[in-house]
Amino acid sequence: MNLKLRVWRQKNAESQGRLVDYELKDVSPEYSFLEMLDLLNEKLMREGELPVAFDHDCREGICGMCGLMINGVAHGPKAAVTACQLHMRNFHDGDTIVIEPWRATAFPIIKDLVVNRTAFDRIIQAAGYISVSTGSAPEANNTPIAKTEADLAMDAAACIGCGACVAACPNSSAMLFTAAKASHLALMPQGQPERYDRAVLMVNAMDEEGFGGCTNIGECEAVCPKEISLDFIAQLNRDLIKASFMGAGKRL
Amino acid sequence: MSVATGVIMLPRTSIGKKVIMAITGLIWVGFVTFHMYGNLKILAGAEYFNAYAEGLRSLGAPIFGHGHLLFVARLVLIFSLLSHIWAAVTLAMQARGARPRNYALKKSVQATFASLYIRWGGIALFFFVLYHLAHLTWGVPGINNHFIPGNPYNNVVMGFSSGPAIVFYYVALIALSLHLYHGVWSMFQTLGLNSKEYSSMIRLLALALAVVVPLGFAIPPLAVVLGIVTL
Repeated sequence: MNLKLRVWRQKNAESQGRLVDYELKDVSPEYSFLEMLDLLNEKLMREGELPVAFDHDCREGICGMCGLMINGVAHGPKAAVTACQLHMRNFHDGDTIVIEPWRATAFPIIKDLVVNRTAFDRIIQAAGYISVSTGSAPEANNTPIAKTEADLAMDAAACIGCGACVAACPNSSAMLFTAAKASHLALMPQGQPERYDRAVLMVNAMDEEGFGGCTNIGECEAVCPKEISLDFIAQLNRDLIKASFMGAGKRL
Repeated sequence: MSVATGVIMLPRTSIGKKVIMAITGLIWVGFVTFHMYGNLKILAGAEYFNAYAEGLRSLGAPIFGHGHLLFVARLVLIFSLLSHIWAAVTLAMQARGARPRNYALKKSVQATFASLYIRWGGIALFFFVLYHLAHLTWGVPGINNHFIPGNPYNNVVMGFSSGPAIVFYYVALIALSLHLYHGVWSMFQTLGLNSKEYSSMIRLLALALAVVVPLGFAIPPLAVVLGIVTL
């Protein structure tokens, strides 16, 4: 298949970027979206141009590195997949595909389609952990946890921190990420002692990074490759309200 | 920056501002529902309707003096509205600062119209409230020229004898309906009372309010236009 690509090119954080048009021929429908970009980059290098910089690592949909705004939708038109697991058979011959980086003040552009997502790391550093050493893996059923709770915690823990929630949100809110990271600990016994301090610290860190607030629109949930539920946002809201009555917020 | 802890500091966080919006929103949902119910009394005639309006002043008697509880209610409503607006504006500015440049192409996947445009609807409702007060509470000349203080029945009938007044009113009802539909559901989500289990029930409640309240409000002006309610 032949494609028209409109790709965001930006030399570095300071420079003005722009959309550049490329024609790409003979793209196999079996290619992943990133393999299609590889093909574009090989062509650009043959022509003596700089390749398009984009983030990627595992290409298995589990690392959270790849993240592209594809035709106005984070990770592209297919639900519940990352850009690397999106295949070109989801597009048609002759299609124009607009590819942009995540756009958020908290995610400054490094180059082309690569953004700096260390704001997420700082939210985790604020309290997205438990402060005791848990040692080596314990006996599996030492601490009984209900199956429903364990499943729910796992659903939250499935977050790969790709940033699609922020990218898709009209407010550039990081609530879905922060809620997932706070909830998977809030649902486990190990997370209980610091649960309410954690809620306060993580929400404060999130606001400080310059993300917007949540307006409960649900675009984050719709584009999340791991289908993280808005329920976790409700849980974080609940925990923060409770924490404020407890006066919680002590550094871990 | 120090960490915001405790109830007093809660509004410093984005979630805290939304909690303020949820609680003040709830107060206003209560008010509009009560207001809609009260308006329907106009169908029972001038005497009954005017007595109801006058009766609002002796609300809470004999514990509260004449007009006292109404005064408190007004204070609560004004304070709620201003807090709601303050939180909304602050959050809107925060959101504006959170995206340095818009996407060349951006599509919505599942967001409802009501949720995407709730801020614009809120602005429309704010200006409507001012106009509405000028129209039917203060009787500002030029907006309602046949206003008689203490005779709300007359003021409603004369107020809705002009075409633009009816158009403004119905446009505001559409904005109210959309605002209620997203706002009521959002209130539960913000207060942490929502989950997949109850979400469809809460959606249904929001839908019911978004339909019933504006429809109830739509009846009195329609009754005036159709000549059912006349002087």
